[in-house]
Amino acid sequence: MIRARGLTKTFRRGKEVVEAVKGIDVDVAEGELVAFLGPNGAGKSTTLRMLTSLLEPTAGEAEVAGHDVARSPAQVRARIGFIGQGNGGGFSYRVRDELHNQGRFYGLSSAVYTERAADLLAALELGGLEKRSVQSLSGGQRRRLDVALGLMNHPPLLFLDEPTTGLDPHSRANLWEHISAMRERYGMTVVLTTHYLDEADSMAERVVVIDHGQIIADAAPDALKREHADDRLTLVVDGDEAAVRQALPVGLGEVTTRPHDGGLMVQVATAHGAAALPGAIEALRLAGVPTTSADVRRASLDDVFLNLTGRSLREEAAA
Amino acid sequence: MSRPTDPPTTTSTIVTPAPVHEAPRIVSRTGPGKFLADTGAVFTREILLVLRDPFTLIFSLLQPLIFLGLFGPLLTGTFGGGFGGEGASTADTLQWFVPGVIVMISLFGTSMAGSNLLYEIMTGSYERVLATPLDRSAILVGRALKEFAPLLVQGLLIAVVCIPFGFRFHVLPALTGLVLLGIFGIGVGALSHSLAQAAKGREWLFWGVQQSLLFPLLILSGMMLPLEAAPSWMQTAALFNPLTYMVDAERALFAGTFDDPAVLWGAVAAAVTCAVGLVVGIRSTRRAV
Repeated sequence: MIRARGLTKTFRRGKEVVEAVKGIDVDVAEGELVAFLGPNGAGKSTTLRMLTSLLEPTAGEAEVAGHDVARSPAQVRARIGFIGQGNGGGFSYRVRDELHNQGRFYGLSSAVYTERAADLLAALELGGLEKRSVQSLSGGQRRRLDVALGLMNHPPLLFLDEPTTGLDPHSRANLWEHISAMRERYGMTVVLTTHYLDEADSMAERVVVIDHGQIIADAAPDALKREHADDRLTLVVDGDEAAVRQALPVGLGEVTTRPHDGGLMVQVATAHGAAALPGAIEALRLAGVPTTSADVRRASLDDVFLNLTGRSLREEAAA
Repeated sequence: MSRPTDPPTTTSTIVTPAPVHEAPRIVSRTGPGKFLADTGAVFTREILLVLRDPFTLIFSLLQPLIFLGLFGPLLTGTFGGGFGGEGASTADTLQWFVPGVIVMISLFGTSMAGSNLLYEIMTGSYERVLATPLDRSAILVGRALKEFAPLLVQGLLIAVVCIPFGFRFHVLPALTGLVLLGIFGIGVGALSHSLAQAAKGREWLFWGVQQSLLFPLLILSGMMLPLEAAPSWMQTAALFNPLTYMVDAERALFAGTFDDPAVLWGAVAAAVTCAVGLVVGIRSTRRAV
């Protein structure tokens, strides 16, 4: 679906040259759901805009949905859906008018766009809002209209730029339900950008971590966490440090201990936390060290980002 | 400003119909057919705004009439002798002034065309439009035509209202005049869109530039007041103003004559403005977002 090589974008701001994207290579196969994850200003959106032909690359090339973005942008645009960071529906327009307009923009006949609009309105829970102005919709409704607009041409490939930013948690979950349902329904390949870690973790089948305009990791969320971050076992035991270190299997992971409530808190950084936990408790029991409480904290994508860059994505998002 | 909130929905309410997996129907027309269809689609979207809210149209019809009603008598009083010799009548003034007013409202409308775009750039709907396969020049032409369509109605209305006061209206030349204005307006509209794209979010910049260009252009075209009495530097400056040729051409056409070099010069000015506007406009649209 996507094949990009050396995709580069530099902007000129006065005398300063900003390298927003520094030579990205990425392939996306048909049917994938890929999230570009990274802090604000990492180059995610710029990359997406080049892939959707909205922005001309300074260097490099990309083939999207079978066509070159620079040489035949109209062919690319006809085959993709794009949902930007803003609201696609014009604020002064009526909901159904905008869907019909979008159909005309894609050169669909009135019979086809009328049917599709009715279909999408129903599927995205927008029934009854046909004659309302976009302005009068709630944030969640507006975003669902954006999705409907992006699907009017029934694209095999859908791009979403920060789709859930600014929505409350409930609307975010609702939007994701819809995106997943639509993906299933039309068999779409989906590429999105996000700076929400949990979103990338739970929704994406593949995460491309972008920082300072470069791809620094690219794999399934679980693989990324296995590769770049450890789960953390936390045990509270009744015993001394030497006994604990003696008892735990060699190669389990890095062990740290500190006194805790009259006992000892043992923390182990390990790759497969949940699988290692029963063995660790059993080994301690056999060595005469009883465990009084146990906890596993699974590695997060933030741990991955932290280990790769030395910075936390959460702090960046909060800043 | 209070926003309506989403009604509580649970995930169980979402009904997922059986997968469709239909092959996308890709429509990829090319050539002039696509340009015309795309222009039509853009124009349709823009004109829907007016049709859904006809009040804006009513006010835009009233405005030039008010201007005509208040400014016309002043002109007759001041320059009475200048129009048609002794005992200049209202009719003579109108014959001179009406074409100018029509050019003026066309310039107002088309030069402000970019202001809608400013808003659409801000909210994001322009980005959505750019992401569709619409022909880039069709986006500009369709939007400019939306400013021109009401002008046809306005122009005809003004002409009809003025007939009882002795204004002579010649259908074919007048319509030709309006078409010329339309071509000119597409160019001005495209330039206005480029300005909006360049201003990007800085509304004051758009209005600042638009206003400071508009009035010198208006005055230096001899649209409102005749330039015959102007100092020579102003008359020279007027020669470089495309609007001067438009106004002269409109006056000739509304007087019922095709057989005047002014008409030809007006056509040249309209064509050049249109071409320059589209070239600049398409370049800035490519660089937009």
